Amino acid sequence: MINLERRKALKAGGGLGLLGLFAAIGLIRPGMAAVETKLFAFDAKSMNEALDALGVIIPQSSEAIHLTVPEIAENGAVVPVTVLSSLANTEQIHILVEKNPNVLAANFTFPEGTESFVTTRVKMKETSMVIALVKADGKFYRIAKEVKVTAGGCGG
Amino acid sequence: MGNPMKIRASVKDGVTEVKVLMQHEMETGLRKDADGKLVPAWHITEVKAQHNGKTVLEGQFGTAVSKNPYLVFRFKGGAPGEKISVNWVDNKGDTRSDEAEIS
Repeated sequence: MINLERRKALKAGGGLGLLGLFAAIGLIRPGMAAVETKLFAFDAKSMNEALDALGVIIPQSSEAIHLTVPEIAENGAVVPVTVLSSLANTEQIHILVEKNPNVLAANFTFPEGTESFVTTRVKMKETSMVIALVKADGKFYRIAKEVKVTAGGCGG
Repeated sequence: MGNPMKIRASVKDGVTEVKVLMQHEMETGLRKDADGKLVPAWHITEVKAQHNGKTVLEGQFGTAVSKNPYLVFRFKGGAPGEKISVNWVDNKGDTRSDEAEIS
């Protein structure tokens, strides 16, 4: 229930800073926020919802993130995505597909010693922007590229 | 108990590259079967890779990761013969762990 109410509140308030405010006044216990925020982020239906759920406040566009995706994906069920971040102290990489029913595809967390690089494959319902969202030094950065899908990867 | 993963790990110039191919349906919960009924979501939610007991990568998957998820990542260190282990958990609570030697 807390999550639902929080989502409504986030929508109402445009999401800016409310999460922090709630944490400050104790509506969300700090330990709990980290885990639950991320898991319900996977249910987000729009970019704004996903960014709110991840606690992102207006990510900056960055050239230091390299996102490799095909320009045209013939099969939306298998779209290779590679993200390489040259930002110092990259902690997390999130992969989002803007027009998918659930926007957030995957999160990766990089401990010390692991290179801020990951390759995986995602499903895409239709032509959409693919966004790499990188958390480095506590701040969020992003880069987006469009992938044209000729046959969707969801549904029968 | 899920099906076994394929894991390949090789070290070059002090950096180990790990490639993992998991076997999982990754059902989105949005697809309908032949009778028009929704097929319930069934997908991996968490993945963790370890080297010598130290976590080298943690991931969380949503429904949009492709069937039989593929993952490549690199970490500093690692030597031939040392073990890499990968573990996943899905939304039904099923789990699978596999190991491979670095070459």
